[in-house]
Amino acid sequence: MKMLGLSKKDTTFLLIVIALTLLTPILLQPFPASSTLAQFNAGYPDLMQRFAIFGIFAIGFNILFGLTGYLSFGHAAFLGVGSYSVVWMYKLLGYNVVPGLILAIIVSALFALLIGFVSLRRSGIYFSILTLAFAQMCYNLAYSVLTPLTNGETGLQVYTNDAQVLMGENSPTSPHFFGIVMNESATWNVGGWQFVFNNGYYFTAIIAILVFYLSLRIFRSPFGLMLRAIKTNQTRLNYTGINTRPYTLAAFVISGMYAGLAGGLMASMDPLAGAERMQWTASGEVVLMVILGGAGTLMGPILGAGFIKYFENIFSKINDQVLHGWFAFLPDGLENFLIGVSHFFVGKSWHLTLGLLFMLVVIFLPGGLVEGGQRIANAFRKRKSGGDDAETEAQPSAAE
Amino acid sequence: MGILEVKNVGKRFGGLQALSDVNLSVQEHTVHAIIGPNGAGKSTLLNCFVGKLIPDTGSVMFNGQSVLGLKPHQINQMGISRVFQTPEIFSDLNVLENVMISCFAKRDGAFRLHPFETVAHEVDIVEEAEQMLIDVNMIDKRHMNAASMSRGDKRRLEMAMCLAQKPKLLLLDEPTAGMARADTNNTIDLLKEINEKLDITMAIIEHDMHVVFSLADRITVLAQGTPLVEDTPENIKGHPKVKEAYLGEAA
Ligand SMILES: Nc1ncnc2c1ncn2[C@@H]1O[C@H](COP(=O)(O)OP(=O)(O)OP(=O)(O)O)[C@@H](O)[C@H]1O
Ligand SMILES: [Mg+2]
Repeated sequence: MKMLGLSKKDTTFLLIVIALTLLTPILLQPFPASSTLAQFNAGYPDLMQRFAIFGIFAIGFNILFGLTGYLSFGHAAFLGVGSYSVVWMYKLLGYNVVPGLILAIIVSALFALLIGFVSLRRSGIYFSILTLAFAQMCYNLAYSVLTPLTNGETGLQVYTNDAQVLMGENSPTSPHFFGIVMNESATWNVGGWQFVFNNGYYFTAIIAILVFYLSLRIFRSPFGLMLRAIKTNQTRLNYTGINTRPYTLAAFVISGMYAGLAGGLMASMDPLAGAERMQWTASGEVVLMVILGGAGTLMGPILGAGFIKYFENIFSKINDQVLHGWFAFLPDGLENFLIGVSHFFVGKSWHLTLGLLFMLVVIFLPGGLVEGGQRIANAFRKRKSGGDDAETEAQPSAAE
Repeated sequence: MGILEVKNVGKRFGGLQALSDVNLSVQEHTVHAIIGPNGAGKSTLLNCFVGKLIPDTGSVMFNGQSVLGLKPHQINQMGISRVFQTPEIFSDLNVLENVMISCFAKRDGAFRLHPFETVAHEVDIVEEAEQMLIDVNMIDKRHMNAASMSRGDKRRLEMAMCLAQKPKLLLLDEPTAGMARADTNNTIDLLKEINEKLDITMAIIEHDMHVVFSLADRITVLAQGTPLVEDTPENIKGHPKVKEAYLGEAA
């Protein structure tokens, strides 16, 4: 079956992504609410929204970094710009998220055009440093200089005396999409399980599917081919009559728009925007996501974003008390020892686990988690076909 | 007037005068060979034609237009393609994609934003690229990763990429270096065929005299950055100055 101009393989792929995304509230809730493992459930609205939003952020970043190899360290700036745009639209017009999201995409595109135009005059580490410098400038502007626009340290939020000219008598008083209120959920209890279907999650999830489809089209397009060629050999491309600058700039702007959209969606879930969203750590996080998942692959950024957000939210909640609960059946000495060791890897120290995981992936799976998945799949295939791996080896490794 | 007119070109690298007072005229539809010992400045001269280097003095005119100061992609779009001494290909892409990029560059120019078309649906481009691969005898390798090919095949691929652009002038920097004898002969046949069939002028740098004498209509001998002689292959063969330049190199 083919649809939407995709090949058979890509259509299947897209359908799987759609199914997984729509079923996330169920899939991420594998343990009954009363079990001790409920700790590992991730099917609550807040976290699922973050999966989708950071997924969008990473998918966009991958179009720049994964395809062209240009490593931006400043994409958080667009995230912040997107959030501020949305909150401003709340203040001026009302709580419908649509005008804000449109503005977020436009403004982040303009920012990306400016930052990209300057930064892309250099490549490699110099490009990275330039983007980092721009992002830090944006952060500082938002934090102190442009306080009238950003409300500085406090962050931008909606006040009762704001204009909100489009607000009617019965309009919802929190972010909504034509009346569908983001923070409302339907809860479904079956057996010991509790599934939460949140409007905000489904709103972000559907947008995530749309932008994933766009990125799939870009990957398969002549434009995407040129971007991959830029990563491999710019010299050859120049001597083949291609002006690489507009291609990289287009990729930069597209990825900036994805980031702006992601930032806008953050403010669509929670009507706040603060300068800390633009900090360099946030720019670094998306780099980690894409590399961890597999740069230049379609699934990589989504996997990476999911992994990191899962760790951040689930591992960080495992404190000593929880550990005591798990290891209570062991003799005291051993229990304390295990807790002492685990202490370094969970709770507040979850970054350590993530760091180790990241190192392992970079050293043993340069292609990220996607490569890990492919190797496992190949191993199975090999066993089935009795070690005939000629075909799988010849497969082009990119873009799966 | 030749299709390529080089006048008084000089280029200095620090203390080294790599080129001085080079005059050269390449006539349309001919194969013009540039030979000379290692370090004579042959590649440097080619670099001045394609925008990689800007000569300190002199002028380079292509089709009556100066190429000096133009960017490499602009010069390429004017109709000059170049095969490098060490093959420059897209090693992460497969063979077919490598050639398709040239076809896209020919059809769409230096930049075109086409993010939603699908490469696989560009039937014309795919066919054109496949035909090119058939011509250079590489069609069976079309799904192979370019990086995993032999050096000779990489060269052949690079040549296919340049030819797919149907350039007016094709510059070849040692196109058969690193090739097996049989491949070298195939390449000679291919280049001959192209020169006869298509409207392509060639300037070729080569150490392999067999290749030079099989292909060239005119030969320029370059030594220490200056042309010694320019003549037909027959006259170059026994030329004392040429012998001297090469023997001097050997000693
Ligand atoms: N970018 C550069 N900077 C400094 N010196 C250079 C540069 N490029 C070439 N040279 C020098 O200029 C001289 C001519 O080099 P060139 O590569 O043109 O020689 P060639 O005739 O192509 O030799 P070969 O047959 O070995 O390829 C050499 O001495 C080389 O070291
Ligand atoms: Mg050379």
